[in-house]
Amino acid sequence: MWIWLARRLAQILPTLLVLSFLIFGLQQLMPGDPALILAGEERGDPQVLAQIRAELRLDRPLYEQYLHWLGSVLTGDFGFSWRIRMPVAELILEKLPVTAQLATMAFLIGALIGVPMGILSAVRRDRPADWAANAVALFGISTPNFWLGIMLILLISVQLGWLPPSGYVPLTEDFRQSIATTIMPAFVLGTNIAGVLMRHTRAAMLTALSQDYVRTARAKGLPERVVVWKHALRNALIPVVTLGTIEFGRLLAGAVLTEQIFTIPGFGKLVVDAVFNRDYPVVQGVVLTTALIFVLLSLVADLLYMAINPRLRHA
Amino acid sequence: MSATVAAPASVERGESPARRALRRFLRHRIAVFGLAVIVVFVATALLAPWIAPYDPLQTSWTAIRRAPSAAHWFGTDENGRDVLSRVIWGARASLMAGVVSVLAAVAIGVPFGLLAGFAGGWADAVLSRIADAMLSVPFLILAIALAAFLGPALENAMLAIAITFSPVFVRLARGMALDAKSTDWVEAARALGNPAWRIAVRHVLPNIVPPLLVQSTLAIAEAIIAEAALSFLGLGQQPPAPSWGSMLNSAQRFLENAPWLAVFPGAAIFLVVLAFNLVGDGLRDALDPRAERR
Repeated sequence: MWIWLARRLAQILPTLLVLSFLIFGLQQLMPGDPALILAGEERGDPQVLAQIRAELRLDRPLYEQYLHWLGSVLTGDFGFSWRIRMPVAELILEKLPVTAQLATMAFLIGALIGVPMGILSAVRRDRPADWAANAVALFGISTPNFWLGIMLILLISVQLGWLPPSGYVPLTEDFRQSIATTIMPAFVLGTNIAGVLMRHTRAAMLTALSQDYVRTARAKGLPERVVVWKHALRNALIPVVTLGTIEFGRLLAGAVLTEQIFTIPGFGKLVVDAVFNRDYPVVQGVVLTTALIFVLLSLVADLLYMAINPRLRHA
Repeated sequence: MSATVAAPASVERGESPARRALRRFLRHRIAVFGLAVIVVFVATALLAPWIAPYDPLQTSWTAIRRAPSAAHWFGTDENGRDVLSRVIWGARASLMAGVVSVLAAVAIGVPFGLLAGFAGGWADAVLSRIADAMLSVPFLILAIALAAFLGPALENAMLAIAITFSPVFVRLARGMALDAKSTDWVEAARALGNPAWRIAVRHVLPNIVPPLLVQSTLAIAEAIIAEAALSFLGLGQQPPAPSWGSMLNSAQRFLENAPWLAVFPGAAIFLVVLAFNLVGDGLRDALDPRAERR
C-alpha cells in the first residue's frame, strides 16, 4: 500500500509541474502590457513604467520570471491583487469557507437525491420508477444552473417571497439566516450532482445486482431487502464514493455562476470580479487553488477507494 | 428482452455495423425526438433572417418590456427589441459555439491522443501529464481564465472551450490507441510493414469513431452550456449581438416586472442541451457493440 501511495505521489508531481507551466503561461496570453494597466493615470511617464516593470520583474527573461513565480507560489505567496490592495492568498482564504459551505450543502442535497434515486431505478429496472428517475437525472444534467437559479429566484423570492433572493450571512453569525441564504443556491448546484450521482449509482447497482454473489444470496433464500442493501449496495457504493469525491471538486467551478446570481461573496464571485477588473494575479491564484484542491481530492478519492475496498489493500 | 433476439437476426441479414447502429438508434424513440429537436434548432439558426419576425437589433422606445402578446410572442426587452427574434438569432451563436468548439477540441485532442498511445515512452508521458494538468482545473474555471486572458469575444470563448475540452479527447484517443495496439489486426498490419502513422490513420482511427461520436455529442451539450455561461459573464458574444447567455444576464435586472426575458432564452438553452444529451445517450446505446450480446 505504501509503495502504491509513493507511486501515486510520484505521478502527481509532474502533473503539478506541468500545471505550473500552464498557469504561468496564462500570463503570456494577456493582451497588452500589464505595466500600462497598473500605471493607470501615469501611463505616459516612462519612468513609472520602468519602475513597475522592474518591480514585477517584467524586464527579466521569461525563465527567470517563471522561477521567481514558482518560488513564491511554493512559499505560499500567490502575488498581490492589482485592484484590492491585498495578497491574493489572503483573499482566497477569506472567500474559500463561503464556497466550501455552499459546496458541502450542495453535495449533501445532490447525494441525498441522487443515490437513493439510483438505487431505486436499478432495483426497479425498466419500470415506471426507473424511467422517472432517469428523466429527473437527465433534467438535472441538462438544466443550466444559472437559469435554474434565476427561475428559482423568480418563483420563490419574487413571487412567493419565501427566501431572500441574494446575499449571504456566515454560519457563525446566524445559523438560520445562513441556511436561508444558501439553501437555494445549494439546491441549484445540487441538482446537477444529483443527476450525475444517480447515473453512477444506477450503473454500479446494475453491475452489482448481476454478480454471482447476489444470485447466491438470492438462492439461499435471503429476503430481497437484505440482498439489495447488504450485498449489492455495499459493493456498488465503492465507485460511487470515488466519483462523488471528484464531483465535489467540480462543484467549485459550478459555484462560479451560482454565486454570481445569488450574489454570494465566495470563491466564484472573486474570480468573476477579478476577470472584470482585469485583476490577473487573482484569476491566476484562483485557477491554481482550484487545481490544487482538485488534485488533492482525487488523491483522497483513491485513498477512500482503498479504505472501503479491502481487496486493494493487499494488492 | 428483444435485444437478445435481434443479435442473430442482424448477423443473418449481413448488416454493416453502421446500418445496425442506425437501426438501433431509430428504435430509441426518445433519442429520435432529441434529434428532431436539434434539426429544428439548426433549421431555425440557418433560416434566422427569414423566420425571425423582427430585426433582432431594432430597438423601439415605444415598446419597452412589453409582455408576450400576439405582436411579440416572447415579449420585448429593455430596449424594445423583439425577444423571439433575438432567441432565434441567438441559436446561431449557441449552436456554432457548441459545434465548432467541440470540432476544434477533437482536431486538437485526437492526433495528440493517437500519438501518445502509439508512440508511448516520453511522448506519452509528456502528453498525458499535460492532459492530467488541464483536467485538474475545473472546466469552467479554466475556460473563464482563458477567455479572460484572451479578451472578451465569441471567437475567444470558443477557443477557450476548445482548449479546455481537448484533453478529454486526448485521453479517449490514447485509450483507444492502446487497446488497438494489442489487437491481432494491428499486429498483422505491422507485420506487413505498414508505418505507424498509416496504422494509426487507416486501422485505428475508424475504430475510434463510435466512442468519439458519443463523446462529441455529449461534449456539444456541455459546450453550449459553457458558451452560455461565458456570454452570461460577458466573456462570450458581445452585445448588442444576441446570445442566450447574455440575454439571461440582462434579464436578471428585470426579474420582478419582466420575467419573460429570463424564461425564453433559458428554455432555449435547456431544450438544445437536453436534445444533445438525449442523442448522445441514444448513440451510446446504439453503438455499443456489447449491447446486443447481453
